[in-house]
Amino acid sequence: MADMHNEPPPGMVEKRGSGLWLTHVLMIVGVLVIFFPIWLAFVASTHTQQEIAQAPMPVMPGSHLIQNYSDALFSGVNVPVATMLVNSLVMALGIALGKIAISLLSAFAIVYFRFPGRRFFFWMIFITLMLPVEVRIVPTYEVVAGFGMLNSYSGLILPLIASATATFLFRQFFLTVPDELAEAARVDGARPMRFFFDILLPMSRTNIAALFVILFIYGWNQYLWPLLITTNPEMNTIVMGLKQMFPSGDDIADWPVIMATSILAMIPPVIVVISMQKLFIRGLVDSEK
Amino acid sequence: MEKRVTFKGWLLPMLLLAPQLIVSGVFFFYPAGEAVWQSLFIPDPFGLSMQYVGLGNFEYLFNDPYYRASFVTTAVFSTLVTLVSMIPALFLAVLADRLVKGAGTYRTLLIWPYAVAPAVAGVLWLFMFNTRIGVVAFYLNQMGYDWNHVLNEHEAMGLVVVASAWGRISYNFLFYFAALQAVPKSVIEAAAIDGARFWRRFFTIVLPLLSPTTFFLLVVNIVYAFFETFGVIHTITSGGPQQATTILVYKVYADGFVGQDLGSSAAQSVVLLVVVGFLTVLQFKFVEKRVHY
Repeated sequence: MADMHNEPPPGMVEKRGSGLWLTHVLMIVGVLVIFFPIWLAFVASTHTQQEIAQAPMPVMPGSHLIQNYSDALFSGVNVPVATMLVNSLVMALGIALGKIAISLLSAFAIVYFRFPGRRFFFWMIFITLMLPVEVRIVPTYEVVAGFGMLNSYSGLILPLIASATATFLFRQFFLTVPDELAEAARVDGARPMRFFFDILLPMSRTNIAALFVILFIYGWNQYLWPLLITTNPEMNTIVMGLKQMFPSGDDIADWPVIMATSILAMIPPVIVVISMQKLFIRGLVDSEK
Repeated sequence: MEKRVTFKGWLLPMLLLAPQLIVSGVFFFYPAGEAVWQSLFIPDPFGLSMQYVGLGNFEYLFNDPYYRASFVTTAVFSTLVTLVSMIPALFLAVLADRLVKGAGTYRTLLIWPYAVAPAVAGVLWLFMFNTRIGVVAFYLNQMGYDWNHVLNEHEAMGLVVVASAWGRISYNFLFYFAALQAVPKSVIEAAAIDGARFWRRFFTIVLPLLSPTTFFLLVVNIVYAFFETFGVIHTITSGGPQQATTILVYKVYADGFVGQDLGSSAAQSVVLLVVVGFLTVLQFKFVEKRVHY
C-alpha cells in the first residue's frame, strides 16, 4: 500500500501537478492563519508600548525583546513572572506525576489482587470521571480552605490528582501483560511489590511517558482552580496570573509585558508537545479510549 | 477480562488503593455530596442557619430568566465551538492526507495551538480584537465595520467561540488525520477507477468512513466547550455583555464566588452533574462504537 502511495499510477488517484501544488498552498495558508495569533503575540512582545498603541501595530519583530522579557521575568506586574513559572512547573509536575503514581498503584491493586470490594472501588474511581472540578467548585473550595491549603502547592495539586482515565489506561495495559511473568515471579517467591517495581513498572515506561505529556499540559493549563485558591500573587500560576496583569478600570494594559508573559506561558507545554510528538499523539489517542 | 494469576492478601491492595480513594473521597465525593445537600437548603442572610427548602432552589433556578438564558447561551456556544473547530480541522486533515511529503512538518506546526491554554488563547484573541489597539479590530474599522465586542453581544459570542475553537482545531486535526490515514486506499482507488472525482469520493466514501471519528469528536468537543472554556470566557468577556457569554460553568462561578449565592450555586452544580453524567454515558457509547468499528 505504501508503494502505491508514493507512486500513484497515472489517472488513478490524482496526487500530481496542479492539484498537489494547490494542496500545498491551501495548507500553508491554513497554517499561517492558525499561527497568526501566536506570531502577533510574539511581535508585540518585542516592541515598546508606544509602538503597539499606534494602530496598526507592526507585523515584524522589533528591538525590545530582551528588555520586555527581562521586565516580565524579573518584575512582572503583581509578581515576577519567574515566580509564576516556578509555581506552574510545580503544579504541572505535581499533578502529572501524582496522577501517574496513584493510578499505577490502584491499577496494580485492581488487576493483580482479588479482594472484597474490588469491583466497588473500581466503579468509585470510574465515577470521579463525572465530577470535574468545574462542577464542584464551591464545596471543594470549602474543603481546601478547611484544611488550610489555600495559597499552597498541596491545595493546587491534591484536589486535581485523582484520575480515572490514568487508572483505566494502566489497568488496560496490565491486562495485556502475559500471566507467565506474574507466575514466574510468584514461583520465585517474589513479593507483589517486587514484581511491581522490577517487572511491571519498567514495562509501562512508554505508557507512563505518553500519559505524562498529556497530564503535564492538563496541569500547566489549569485556570479556574488556581484562580479560586491562590489569592496571594506569590502563589499565582502563569496561566492564571496572566489575566491578573490586566489593570482594573481604565488604565492601559502593559501589552509588551503581557504578551511576553503569554509567550512564556506557552513555551513549556509547546516544548513538551513538539519534542515528544509521537508520545503525545499516542497519549492523546490512548487517554480518549 | 480478568487475570488468571493473582497475588494473595487484601491488606496490600487496600493500601495501594488508599491514595486514590482518599483523594477521591475528600476532594471529589464529599464536595459533590455537599453540593447535593446544599442545593436543598438556603442559608439565612448571616450564614448562621440553613433552612430546608426541598427543591425550592431548583424551582427558583428554572424560573430565573437569566439561568434559562444561560442554557441557551451554552447550547449556542458549544454548537458553534464544535463546528468551528471540527470543519477546518477536517479540511486541513484532508489536505495533509493528500500530501506524501511534508505532511509531518505541517502536523508539527498545527499541533502548537493545542499546547496553548484556553486562558492564554483568550488573551491572544483579545489582543487582536482589542477595540483600542487590536490589529484585526483596526482593519475591520478601516473597512467600515465598527467592531466592539465589549458592547455588542453577537461580536462577544463570536470572539469567545473562535478563541475557544482555535486550540481545538489542532486536536481534531490529529484525530481526523489519523482516521484518514487508516482509510483503505483500495476503496478510494476503486472509486477513482469508476470515475468519481475527488470531492465526490470524499462525500460518498471518505466522510461516511470517518463517521465514528466524527461522532467521537462531536461528543468530546461538546464536553470541552461545556467545561474547559471557562478561561476563555473569563479573560475575554467575563460573561458579558449583559450575560451574553455566561455559559453554565461560568454562572456557577459567578453566582457562587462573586455573588455568594450558595443555594443557587449548589443547585446549579447538581444540574451540571446531571449534564456531565449524560455526556459521559454518551461518550462511552460512541467510544464503544469507535473501538468496534
